[in-house]
This record gives sequence, C-alpha cells and structure tokens, in this order.
Amino acid sequence: MTTAKPNYLNSPKGILSWIFTLDHKRIGLMYLVAIAISFALGGFFALLVRLELLNPGKLFLTSQQYNQSFTLHGAIMIFLFLIPSIPASLANFVLPLQLGAKDVAFPRLNLWSFYLYVIGAAICLYSMFAGAADTGWTFYTPYSTTTTTSVISLVLGAFVLGFSSIFTGLNFMVTIHTLRPPGMSWFRMPLFLWSIYATALIQVLATPVLGITLLLLIVERVAKIGIFDPTLGGDPVLFQHFFWFYSHPAVYIMILPAMGVISEIIPTFCRKNIFGYKYIAFSSVAIALLGFLVWGHHMYISGQSQFAALIFSLITFLVSIPSGIKVFNWIATMYKGSIQLKSPFLYCLAFLFLFCIGGFTGVVLGTISLDVHLQDTYFVVAHFHYVMVGGTLMAFIAGLHYWWPKMFGKMYNERAAVIAWGLIFVGFNVLFFFQYILGTKGMPRRYYNYLPEFQALNIVSTVGSWILAAGLFLMLGYLIHSLLKGKPAPQNPWGGLTLEWKADSPPITENFEEIHIVTGGPYEYPAATKSAH
Amino acid sequence: MNEGLMKNGSFWMPSQASTFAPGIDVLYDFIFWLSVVLFVGIFVVTAYFIIKYRRKTDDQLAVAQIIHNDALELTWTLIPLGLVMLLFVWGFNSYLGMTVPPSDAMDIKVTSKKWNWQFDYPEKKITTFGDLTVPVDTPIRLVMSSQDVIHSFFVPNLRIKQDSMPNRYTTVWFQATKVGRFQIFCAEYCGDAHSDMLGNLIVLSKKDYEKWLDNGGPSTAGMSLTDLGQRVYQTQCSACHSIDNSPKTGPTFKGLYGKLTQTSAGAVKADENYLRESIVDPMAKIVTGYPAGMITFAGILKDREIDGVIEYIKTLK
Repeated sequence: MTTAKPNYLNSPKGILSWIFTLDHKRIGLMYLVAIAISFALGGFFALLVRLELLNPGKLFLTSQQYNQSFTLHGAIMIFLFLIPSIPASLANFVLPLQLGAKDVAFPRLNLWSFYLYVIGAAICLYSMFAGAADTGWTFYTPYSTTTTTSVISLVLGAFVLGFSSIFTGLNFMVTIHTLRPPGMSWFRMPLFLWSIYATALIQVLATPVLGITLLLLIVERVAKIGIFDPTLGGDPVLFQHFFWFYSHPAVYIMILPAMGVISEIIPTFCRKNIFGYKYIAFSSVAIALLGFLVWGHHMYISGQSQFAALIFSLITFLVSIPSGIKVFNWIATMYKGSIQLKSPFLYCLAFLFLFCIGGFTGVVLGTISLDVHLQDTYFVVAHFHYVMVGGTLMAFIAGLHYWWPKMFGKMYNERAAVIAWGLIFVGFNVLFFFQYILGTKGMPRRYYNYLPEFQALNIVSTVGSWILAAGLFLMLGYLIHSLLKGKPAPQNPWGGLTLEWKADSPPITENFEEIHIVTGGPYEYPAATKSAH
Repeated sequence: MNEGLMKNGSFWMPSQASTFAPGIDVLYDFIFWLSVVLFVGIFVVTAYFIIKYRRKTDDQLAVAQIIHNDALELTWTLIPLGLVMLLFVWGFNSYLGMTVPPSDAMDIKVTSKKWNWQFDYPEKKITTFGDLTVPVDTPIRLVMSSQDVIHSFFVPNLRIKQDSMPNRYTTVWFQATKVGRFQIFCAEYCGDAHSDMLGNLIVLSKKDYEKWLDNGGPSTAGMSLTDLGQRVYQTQCSACHSIDNSPKTGPTFKGLYGKLTQTSAGAVKADENYLRESIVDPMAKIVTGYPAGMITFAGILKDREIDGVIEYIKTLK
C-alpha cells in the first residue's frame, strides 16, 4: 500500500476540517457540490415545465403548479447556479493558483460567503415548500405584491445570496490587486483573471441595488407602504427600473467569467499565444461598464419614455461590439496553431457556436421596432437560453473539464466526454432552436396553455430537453467514475503555461512550495518556425 | 376561426395585417440574412483552421506565433460598429412610426384585468369583451389601462405589443390592412389564467363596420338567455371555469346547478341566488379548495347577462 502524498484533499482530515476550512480550494469544491445540486434542482423544474408543455392544456400540472415550476426553474438557475457558477466554484479554486498565491486575500470572508450561499439556498428551499412563488424570477409588481404565494421567502433568499455574491467579488478584486506574484503586471495576468476582475466590479457595484429593491418589495408586502403597487400609491415601472438595473448587469456577471474560461482553454489546446490580448482584456472591462447602461432594453414596451428607449437601444448595440471583438480574437488565435480537439476545447467550440447565435438574436432584440413584436415571446426565451446555457453553461463545463485533473488529481474518460458533448450540443439545439420560430410566429412566454397550432414545435423542444438531460447524466456518470477509478492526473495534462499547472495535481494545501517569478505573458508558447510577431 | 399563425405568412413571421408589418419584416429579414452571412463566414474560417492546423503528432508546435494585428482589430471593430449603427437608426425610425399615431386616429379604450380584455367605443357607448372589432384601413389608437396587474396587448399579425399598466394610460396604434379575424394574446405574465387571456381582433370592411355600429355592437337583443349566457361565459368566465369538469382556477360549471357545495360559509346549495351572489359578491362564499381570486362582476355584467349565465349553467348537467 502506498500512502498518498499530502494534498489539500487529504490533509488535514476530518469533517470539521472541511466545515471550518479557510482553504480556497476546499471552499471552491464545496461551492462546486452546492452549485451542482442547485443545477440539478433547477434542471428538474425545467424538465417538468417542458413535459407539461407536451400538449396544450393540462397534462399533469395545474396552471399554478406550472407557474411555480417556471418561477423556481428561473430563480434557482439564475441566483443559485449561473451567478455563482464560474466565479464561486472554478475561480475560487483557480484564481489564487493562477496568481501563484497561497489563498485569496480574505479567506474568512470567502468561507462566510459560502455559508451565506448555503443560507440563501436553504431559504429558497424553504420557500419551495411554503407555497412556492408564482411570479416568475423577475418578481414584477404589482403581481408579486398581490399574489398569495410565498414571495417574501424567495425574495429573502435572493437577498441573502446577493451578499454572498458581493463578498466573493470584493474578495477576488482585492486578491487580484494585492496578491499578484513578482513580475506579474496587469498585462501579464491570465485573461481569466481580467474577466473575473470585471465581473467583480459588477458584483460589488450592482448587487446592492438588487438587495435594496428586494428589501423594498418585502417592506411593501409586509408594511403596505406604497412603493411599487399603484393601489398603495406606488409605481410598478419603478420596480422594473430597479430590478433591471441589477439584473441586466447580472447577465454579464454570468457571461464574463465564461469568456474568461474560453480565453484560457483556446491558447492551451492550440499551443498558441492568445491573439489580441489587450483587446480581449479591455473588452471585458468595456462590457462591464457599458453593461450598466442598457437595462431599459428590457422595458421598450413598458411605457418608459421613447427618448429613454432610444438611448438604451443605442448603448445596447454598442455593448455587442466588445463581445464580437472577443469572438474574432479567439478564432484568430487558432490561426497557425497546433489544435487538439479534446473535450474542453470541444466545449469551447460549442460555446462559440451557440453564443454567436445568441448574440445575433440579441442584435435582433436590441432593434426597438423588432423587439416590440418579439418581447415576451419564445424568441426571447430562446435567445437568453442560447446565451446563458449555450454561453455560460458550456464554458462552465469546459472549465470543469479543463481544471478537473487539477482539482481532483484524476483524469476522466475522454471518449465518454466526447459522446456527452455530442448529446448536449444536439439536445440543446433541438430544445431551443425551434423556440425562435415559435417566438417570431407569436407564441408568448410563460404560457401554460397554448394554441394547438404551436404543439408540433413544442413537442420537438421537449424531446430536445430529454436529449440534453441524457448528455448531462452521462457527464455526471463519467465524472463520478473518474473520482473513483480515474487514472491519476499528471501535473500538467494539457500543456498549459499559466501558473496553476505548476502546482501538483491535486495541489498541496499551500498551493506551491516556492514563489514563482513571472517573466513574461501568460501564453508564450514556442513556434515551430521563428517568425516576427 | 382566427387566421392561423404557423401556417400563414413567411417561414419566420405570421401573415401581415397592419401597415407596420411589411417594414418590420423587411428589417427582420435584413438582420437575419446579415447574421447568416457573418455566422457562416465565422464558422467556415473556424472549421478551416481546425482542419488545417489540427495536431497530428503529440509534440507538434504552433506553426507561428502571431499575436496581434491592429489593422485587423480595427476592421472587426469598425465594420460591425457601422452595421449595428445602421440597425439602430433603422430600428428607431420604424419604432417612431409605431409610437406616433395620426391625428385622425379613432380612439378605443382597452381595459385589461385578470383575465380578460374589455373594449369601449367611446362615441357609440358600445362595450365588448374579448372581441375587438375595427374597420379596415383606418388608424386606430388604443388607450389602455389595467384594473389589477400588468398585462400586455399583443397581436402578432399586426406586429404590435404594449403593456397595459394599472394607474396609468399607455397607448398603441395600428391600421389594419386586411379583413379577417386575428389572435390577441396577453404577453405579460399575469397569473393562473395568463395563457387563457386571449381575444380576437375582428377587422371588418368599412361598410360592415358601419352596420356593426348601427346595430349597437354585438347584437344580443334577439338572443335567448341561454345563448346570451354562453356568450358571456366565453368572454368572461371561461379563463377560470371549465364546462367539462377539467380543473381550472375556479370550480367547474359542469353539474354545478343544484349541487351541494362546501364553501367558507358552510354548505350551500348552488341555486339561482347563490350563483348570482357569487357573480356580484364573489368573496361572500368561497368554495373550499379554491383561491379567493375572483373579482366582482357587479357593474360589468347587465342583469340580463347574469340571468343568461345562470340559465347557461343550468344546461351544463
């Protein structure tokens, strides 16, 4: 029997050493488990919704149960999965490693942020059994202030989760400022760190607005003070402004880290230095800043002023440019590379493909007069799933596969990974592509019952949800298999150059035995022929 | 039957029935084909790179390290920027056309509530529920408000949609170009029967519309009480009450008359007086197992219409 080398997983031992751990890697792992459970729960509600939509009218849910299902699906996926997904789990693990640091700047705050997540999730779970809310994840007033379902508990859960997100963002921001290793200037940072930094900016600046808004909603429901409800003298459009002032930037909290993951994986699997480093880095910051100024594009038909709609449309078009720049630079990075089609890279390709469709349809929706027709239809549903699932989820899975050997010291079955990738890619498109047609043809979203002529495409979409679920279950299977029986992972299975690949797989508790001095950019791969830059 | 949305019109859009629709569709098609060209371009290049530069041996290095090209960056920044600015101006221009009604537009008041649409024709003192009847080739301005939560008035064939808010008026206008019947949806989520909050846009020729007006709107004078009741049921009650025992927000009407019903005020026999009370004062006795969600129809339904609904319920054995 060989004794395993001490690493962060096996020393110290004991359940208490996990519960009270200050190690960013363990906290990242606990987040990963918690987020995976949330994702499974949100996915369960998605499958319920899709199953019920197999036929118009009732299949097995009442209209209220259906409304509660899509509300919980949305709220869980947004607040419990998408927002914390990459930052809290993957970045928590990777960020200090990429900095060659021992930990984040505030390890205790990091643990507190995790427990806030658990508390917030517990409140949301309680809400599910205490008369689950039926408002949609957007909590629009005055519906949310007048419905009899348990809105307050779900809102309170989201409120607590907001603080978890703020603390994570703050922690990462300070860590990037203060813990960079000798020689790592801002422009020698891996691009993942740039994107996490831009994300942190939004988390810290926008999330408090959501907190205040949700608190006001609770105050209105409990104390009957008129803020948003017109029967009490409030203004429902004010709620929409407050809500989207956070929730639109929140979209970038979800997508910026995803873009960071892509920027890491593409150079590694192409053995290429990234093309246009500064353009990618600055476009992250540009997205974060412009992202604050586009919330009104959710409200073109809400009765806001036409002048406001004009400005919001203009800035919405501008924010599409930095995303385009990133896509072009990623593809240019492949030029003259040495491209290896392993599963993390395949997920990057899926990301590029789906994110582009999501992006182009976003341009359609940004065009005001088209948005009038398409707003609140399945076109919007398809669009944001292409961006959030096709974008964020694909990048999350890509990153999970990329850093899995580092996190657990085990390899997974690549063949199974490629099959799962195929199922997920096909299933996703079958599920969501036809919803674009339903949308342009006029099927509104959040419809329990629908016109019989919409049934055929709804059936196709539901079948797609089963293919997607099959792919995800297969992934769960081979990842668990990898933990139990996977081959030991080498220190650097993909040939990456960023600092995390200089740590053991899995790393020791202190991450590194020595301090690494950085002397160049993060992706300085050699070339077969010497050519001028 | 309303005009089918899926089978009529183009691949993407339903058939066109307003003056806005052709312009909107041209803009949509322009963006669609522009996106297709760019998308195919991007992925042809990607596929080419992946095939050409695929790693064949484990130690294969990149052919060359080309890491920046400012001219290229400028190109793929400025060309998309120019394109989206074109779309912005185009989209905003057509939006302006949709928000500024002609001064001679005919006003119709729209009132939304859970879960039906009410249309008032101010000049003729006509009120209809569910059916919006308008003349063809005439600008119509809808002045909308809601009695409870936010709803949204959506007619795909017209390419218009506008939220209807409580405590504030919103407006939308259109000019129908085609005689026919078209689907009205509620597009802003409003609760249990959101997806049943439907309506019909009935576009008549100018002559037929005059006739319709002269008859005082939908004619009910010669109708039997049962027929009138059925009509009222379809526009007012059907979102929440089924007539075939299927579950909806409220209790079914099937077999209701004469039934002993458990309510918040004890067991009640569903006779004429109970049914009438439930319509004008729904909170008085709430059927066990159902939410207290109904609004009063006092002042909304005329006496003869209430009589009709009761007679209609009697026929649902």
